[in-house]
Amino acid sequence: MSATAPARQEVRRAGIPLRQRLRARGIDGITLLVLPALLALIALFVYPFVYGLVVSFAPKVGPFYENYRKFFSDPFLRSTIWHTLALAFPTTLLSILLALPIAFRVRLMRRQRALTTILLLPMTLGTVLVAQGLLTYLGPHGWFNRVLLLLHITQAPLLLTNNYWGVFASLVLTGFPFTFLLTLSYVSGIDPALEEAAATLGGRAWDRFRRIFLPLLAPGLAVTFCLSFVQSFSVFPSAVLLGAPAGSTHVISIAAYQAAFEQYNYSLGSAIAMIMGVVQLVIVIAVLASRQLFYRGPVGGTKG
Amino acid sequence: MTETPVLQRSASGGPSAPRGSTAGGSAAPDAGGVLELAGLRRDFGSFKALRGIDLTIAPGEFVALLGPSGCGKTTALNCIAGLMPLTAGRISLGDRRIDELPPEQRGFGMVFQSYALFPHMTVRKNVGFGLAMQKVPRKEAETRIDEALSLVRLHAQGDKLPGQMSGGQQQRVAIARAIVIRPPVVLMDEPLSNLDAKLRLEMRAEIRRIHEAIGSTTIYVTHDQDEALSMADRIVVMQEGMIRQTGAPEALYERPLHADVAEFMGFRTRMRGRVQSVQGDRATVETGGAVLEGVARNPVSVGQTVTLMIRPEDLLAMVETAGLGGTVRSIEYRGRAFFGTASLADGTDVFFRSEMRLSIGQRIGFTAPPSQILVFAEDGS
Repeated sequence: MSATAPARQEVRRAGIPLRQRLRARGIDGITLLVLPALLALIALFVYPFVYGLVVSFAPKVGPFYENYRKFFSDPFLRSTIWHTLALAFPTTLLSILLALPIAFRVRLMRRQRALTTILLLPMTLGTVLVAQGLLTYLGPHGWFNRVLLLLHITQAPLLLTNNYWGVFASLVLTGFPFTFLLTLSYVSGIDPALEEAAATLGGRAWDRFRRIFLPLLAPGLAVTFCLSFVQSFSVFPSAVLLGAPAGSTHVISIAAYQAAFEQYNYSLGSAIAMIMGVVQLVIVIAVLASRQLFYRGPVGGTKG
Repeated sequence: MTETPVLQRSASGGPSAPRGSTAGGSAAPDAGGVLELAGLRRDFGSFKALRGIDLTIAPGEFVALLGPSGCGKTTALNCIAGLMPLTAGRISLGDRRIDELPPEQRGFGMVFQSYALFPHMTVRKNVGFGLAMQKVPRKEAETRIDEALSLVRLHAQGDKLPGQMSGGQQQRVAIARAIVIRPPVVLMDEPLSNLDAKLRLEMRAEIRRIHEAIGSTTIYVTHDQDEALSMADRIVVMQEGMIRQTGAPEALYERPLHADVAEFMGFRTRMRGRVQSVQGDRATVETGGAVLEGVARNPVSVGQTVTLMIRPEDLLAMVETAGLGGTVRSIEYRGRAFFGTASLADGTDVFFRSEMRLSIGQRIGFTAPPSQILVFAEDGS
């Protein structure tokens, strides 16, 4: 019997139908479900991206790199990168710093839903509505300044609209819910017994946060930072409505818009969009790569 | 270095109870005096998880909290550790009241059911966490980590991450982490429930050995009476948030005071009967058409309805069907003897031992030595 076994196996291998061999590699009928998404991705992302890349290298005048040369040699255009970073970085960081303590509190609550709903509202309203609201609220005659004046905290209204701070406030407000939800899911994913164990071993609240939670949260916070940063980086409506679109909040998306739709220079607009993408990518890759410094295994406890 | 002097033990020693010496350690753990729980209550909304727990635990004692799931034993442990506030009552260690202190100021070592090892730290870092929190100098900390790891026989595994270890090894890391801070009290919450049967038996002996070696008071929560019987100096049987009985393992095993405790101690057959006569602690009880003599565990009087309880190994099946008789429902071989279940005429299930294989449906009789039949007055339950 043992002598015939290899031979029988030989026969069986030869006789395995294609369908079964594909299935062994994880390809079967269900794999086809990926197709619609793949088509949409190609039609709506890959093709426009490649098209834009090609267009950006076909300037109206000058050599193929003329658009890029122009962007980096024109201080007004070049500075948009810094304007955008100066908004996106601090607002993203602030969102995370605000979201962390709230997530730590909410994780212990029985009725998370009501609070979560309230916190999520700004996200559902859309950036334009929030920008409109802030324009009045933070304006010289808005409630915010009136209260400050009434309490004699300030002598004159603070200028919080049509400048950097208006956009800043709007970005934090609309970006926070998203940051919070992600942070909450990461925070709740950590086994509460770990904190209890640290407490019985003499770890005070700060030690427990710094030595247990933070290292376990770091990779998740890096992902949260990236997603939230990318959102802030593409700021457009609030930079126009609440900011100084010709000055301190002349962000890169405004530059691209102006090139493409005010100067009708699609080629330059595409080039600016490409530069915007590269800057985002560099930062996202840098942040995600920093996750390597941290432990990235399961955080739900260590049950064997 | 894991060799430790043989310790003198006393089941309920006073404040001068034995204290172990850590292997080579300069300072023996401060057993901190008597741990006293007085009137512990804990409510979860309308649910009363603890309904007044009073217990005094001597330094160095190994106490097992034993009970079915939901009896409040884990709640009690969490309250002692400080992870859960009390609804009422007080806890004191020596002459210090501790129930208002947060867990980090109680300094009790706790071993969690899920081990709760820090997944991002190596074994050494895990074990050293408590020492770092106490700001123990680095050199001393390293020595103590080595000692603790040797004690749990993991000295070669210090640089692994918990995720790279087996369940039994993680378990021992958790124990090392809890004892390295030399806590006056070590709390263990069903630490063996995630291990397989063989490892469980090994770890029982390990934990007992470690307890002897460090000399801390140990409170061990379990629902497994074998664990409690084999490890503890004293067992506290809990049910519905209350203490049913406390005592040495032998005392609980031989002389349970309550039918529920008896059931937990292996008295599986439970029959109802009526007392015919009482002589000292012996009662003659009529049950299922037979008359049995047993030991009354609480005062009973003639004519009273009582519960008779017998262990399977003490209820021997006979071919003669005189007296107590029943029909075999199941039978299985467990080496040395057969064990089975049978139904009496009134439908009561009994659990018996047999020297030979019986067939299902066979009519058999039973005999049991009167000293092994326990009689409990029925109390409403």
